Amino acid sequence: MLRLEGVSYRYAGAPRESLREIDLDLADGEVVGVVGASESGKTTLALVAAGLAPRAIGGALDGHVLIDGEDVGDQPMHEMATRVGICFQNPHTQLSQVADTVFEEVAFGPLNLGIERLAVARRVAQALDALGIGSLAERDPRRLSGGQIQLVAVGGLLAMEPRHLVLDEPTAQLDPEGKRLVSDALLSLAARGTAMMICEHDTDLLARLCSSIVVLDAGRIVLAGPTTEVLADPKLEEFGVQPPAPVALQRAFEEAGLRVTLPA
Amino acid sequence: MTDISCSGVRYDYAGGVRALDGVDLEIAAGSRVAIVGQNGSGKTTLVRHFNGLLRATEGRVLVGNLDTSTTRIARLAALVGLAFQDPDRQIFSGSAEAEVAFGARNVGLRGAELEASVSEALASVGLDGERKTNPYDLGYSRRKLLSIASVLAMRTPIVVLDEPTTGQDARGVRTIQSIVERLADEGRTVIAISHDMRFVSASFSRIVVMRSGRTILDGTAADVLEEPRWPVLRSTNLEPTYAAVVGARLGLGATPTDSAVVDALVARSTGVG
Repeated sequence: MLRLEGVSYRYAGAPRESLREIDLDLADGEVVGVVGASESGKTTLALVAAGLAPRAIGGALDGHVLIDGEDVGDQPMHEMATRVGICFQNPHTQLSQVADTVFEEVAFGPLNLGIERLAVARRVAQALDALGIGSLAERDPRRLSGGQIQLVAVGGLLAMEPRHLVLDEPTAQLDPEGKRLVSDALLSLAARGTAMMICEHDTDLLARLCSSIVVLDAGRIVLAGPTTEVLADPKLEEFGVQPPAPVALQRAFEEAGLRVTLPA
Repeated sequence: MTDISCSGVRYDYAGGVRALDGVDLEIAAGSRVAIVGQNGSGKTTLVRHFNGLLRATEGRVLVGNLDTSTTRIARLAALVGLAFQDPDRQIFSGSAEAEVAFGARNVGLRGAELEASVSEALASVGLDGERKTNPYDLGYSRRKLLSIASVLAMRTPIVVLDEPTTGQDARGVRTIQSIVERLADEGRTVIAISHDMRFVSASFSRIVVMRSGRTILDGTAADVLEEPRWPVLRSTNLEPTYAAVVGARLGLGATPTDSAVVDALVARSTGVG
């Protein structure tokens, strides 16, 4: 269970706060979606939840980040990293740059957690298999396509089996099949108890993954609730968020004065 | 006019991975073409041949009457602007305006013309208020828009956008759609790589579908998203748009976009068409 209590955060040298009074609970096994316009604070929220802000990037944090009820404000980054995984927006940033094969790349995280080699090999094989990239195992991660690198980055996180996982647009560069594989893998990780927060523009993907959604605007949570309610809220577009395809089509019908019941 | 013509293009990366396996493709000057297909199907590799960043292992790529395998990149850069998928591989200047001016100056724009081109490009992506901002103080989605502005400022007759809507919010997607419209109105060729079938169906008159280094479908959004083609789309990890699925269920024929579904329903209810 990861909890943010009254969290405000300001980047070093920034004139104002990028996050303001955020209260957010990620319960074990729960997937929470975070949406909002560009620069609304999604990435900052991901960095704060994973502990990188302020530990690694400086800035000033108010409020509390709690894991299983314990305030982790004083914990150093190397300890936070064992408790919360983060998938960066730009998957190139995620690569270790020291691995020469996809297999080694995905093994890098769990090996650094001190997990025994045979177990790591098993986890890596499982992660590659779940993401449909087993055939890339011997390839150089620096020579893959954008989408393939993204799958490798997610694979590295799955292999760490984190208790809490923060993902910043983890499927932006993936084709629909890649998105489906990542969703399935995340849902199966959640089913084993991992608490997850996923920042995304793709509301169709969130509709499939999340039990609840929060909407950020200028660093504040302006809308929160069960997924279907939030994604159908007419205010969503005002906050710069494209509604899922079924909601958008239903709205196009209403604007044209058509009454249509969409097929299931 | 600057057409692009690919014949029998094959490309092998060092280490033997075959990324293109015989691509034949003609892109007429002034057209709007989306290239779609599964991750690793060769989309990015293909467009990197258009401005000479990659040279075909076999086959030929012509831009106008220039063979890209023997033409200097500097010459091709004035014809084909390419915005990378990852903006961070493209951006290196200390301010947004310097970043946007770099390419434009390199293709020969100077003085008032350069200034006008930079201002116009920054305004078209909504970054005119950030001229002095360091690109790395912008979030990812705005860095992406900045990398697109840099290409627009070069005023090339052909503009290639690699995954332009990735990471964009609803407004960013609309910005990119209006850029595509404007470029097309100016008679420039726009080529975009995307997985976003909603975006490509709404903004592109032609969709080329790739799988394993080859083109496997080529036509209008209505052609490519017609129900009989769905198995082919799925064979390259794509899905028809929701509008196309709903149109097929309601017996409306090929309706790639929301507005096409609405139009078809209105036509049916009024007995027209």
